[in-house]
Amino acid sequence: MNKRLVSFVIKLILFTLVMSFFAWSFKSGYYQLIIDDAEGFIFLLIQHIHMVALSSFLAIVLAIPMGILVTRPKFQKLQWLFMNTANLGQTIPSLAILALAMTWMGIGFKPAVFALFLYSLLPILRNTVAGIKSIDPDLLDAAKGIGYTPAQILLKIELPNAAYPIMAGIRTAVVINIGTAALAYLVGGGGLGDWIFTGIMMRDNSYLLSGAIPVTLLALLADQLIRAAEKLIVSKGLRPSAAVSD
Amino acid sequence: MIKFDGVTKVYGDKVKAVDDVSFEVPEGNIVVFLGPSGCGKTTTLRMVNRLESITEGKIFVNGTDVNSLNQIELRRNIGYVIQHNGLFPNMTIEDNVMAVPNLLSWDRKKKTDRYNHLMDLIGLNPDEYRKRYPHELSGGQQQRVGIARAMAADPPVMLMDEPFGALDPVIRSRIQNEFLQIQQEVKKTILFVSHDIDEAIKMGDGIAIFEGGKLMQYDSPSELLARPKNEFVREFVGQDRALKSLSLHTVKDLISERMLRKADGLQKHNKKTITVETNLRDALSILLNQEADQLFVQANNKLVGAMRIDDVEAYLHHHIK
Repeated sequence: MNKRLVSFVIKLILFTLVMSFFAWSFKSGYYQLIIDDAEGFIFLLIQHIHMVALSSFLAIVLAIPMGILVTRPKFQKLQWLFMNTANLGQTIPSLAILALAMTWMGIGFKPAVFALFLYSLLPILRNTVAGIKSIDPDLLDAAKGIGYTPAQILLKIELPNAAYPIMAGIRTAVVINIGTAALAYLVGGGGLGDWIFTGIMMRDNSYLLSGAIPVTLLALLADQLIRAAEKLIVSKGLRPSAAVSD
Repeated sequence: MIKFDGVTKVYGDKVKAVDDVSFEVPEGNIVVFLGPSGCGKTTTLRMVNRLESITEGKIFVNGTDVNSLNQIELRRNIGYVIQHNGLFPNMTIEDNVMAVPNLLSWDRKKKTDRYNHLMDLIGLNPDEYRKRYPHELSGGQQQRVGIARAMAADPPVMLMDEPFGALDPVIRSRIQNEFLQIQQEVKKTILFVSHDIDEAIKMGDGIAIFEGGKLMQYDSPSELLARPKNEFVREFVGQDRALKSLSLHTVKDLISERMLRKADGLQKHNKKTITVETNLRDALSILLNQEADQLFVQANNKLVGAMRIDDVEAYLHHHIK
């Protein structure tokens, strides 16, 4: 009870702070740019979303099958290789990846998407592997023992039971991706980073906030959308409520 | 009928987990595989549905060599129950119970009927549990559902790997009784792994004792208790094997051997009434607990006589030793 009260108070304080910041910035006319240059804003917003959506999509369709592959008994030996490569990728700063992508692919949309894609792989791969590996071996033994084929075990037992960590990995990747995509400006990839960096260079709060706040809201929105998708995808049986006893 | 013929399992190059095991399990019987951990009992069980490969020898289920069958088909035709029930947490109770019929693509009507029948059999309300998930059930209920799942496609043979091992003693004993009742009705051929001699005596028509991968003795419970073949079996069944064997005999058996005492004149002593179906181990326990000097025995609600400790002792000498 006490804990809930504390968390409520903290939430309330944060909410008030955020709201007063909004009120202040709004009153100061910092978002005027969005209205004045609505066309430019929408162009950058779509560009931003496009980058994020494409790179996240590519990361998902590569990382999940990769995670499935390295958890098959046959390919178990490959697991360390994939995980370490992905881990290494994550240790390189996002800016460096962008720079590396640029040396190879030049400037523009492509290197930005490629760098974002690489950066999104690890959280999804790691969670897919961890999710599948954390499944109770008894379940797999039971499934095998009653005559599921390996493909049925994967589709009906492993993936549904690992759905929560996999979705959490996707959520982490997408949210980080939205923030990182602001750096795409540096390789000429466009997106809302254009306004943020312009704002930084010109010390113009109006540009800065008209770029930064939509990016923040986009990240929050994506987080909520993916959480909603989780509720649809993850079986109710995996969300333990009250346990019953005999 | 299940036949093991010179079955051997070797891991790696030399670790013999199961060593030249041969015996037969008659149709409709429960045979309990008993032994300390690592004795090969679970491996022997898992070779029947080929969760473990057979290194040497053959296993026949109803006359067919299991190695000659497609392993997926084979498993769908053999019920399988494990210790921690192995229910799929992502599926509802109905989907769990109907897992094998779903694999076999039964039609909806047949599945619904079968589900209702099975749930009634294990004593859970079909409609109340249909849309619930395993985590909402108690351990005992989950284990019952695990048994229902194994019986779903009505397989003639069931493999049970310490099915009641994770339950507390009260629930375990209750489910054991329920299961024996279900077995009276369904008459499956069942292989049952246990490490508990009391459970083996209670559940088994036959007991196979393993040690170091070898089959030490395969006999009926009473035979095993009365005539252990070697030192290992003698030790494993325990010093109190005479006492344990009493649980296989009822007061009725005692009456068929010797007359009961007259139940008159002694009514002023503290007394306790039991039925002729009571097993002798329980009867003896009551006498030893000094709940009564003698027990009044009833058959069909009629007093037929009285018994004392000496009667049990005499029966034991005459019949069991």
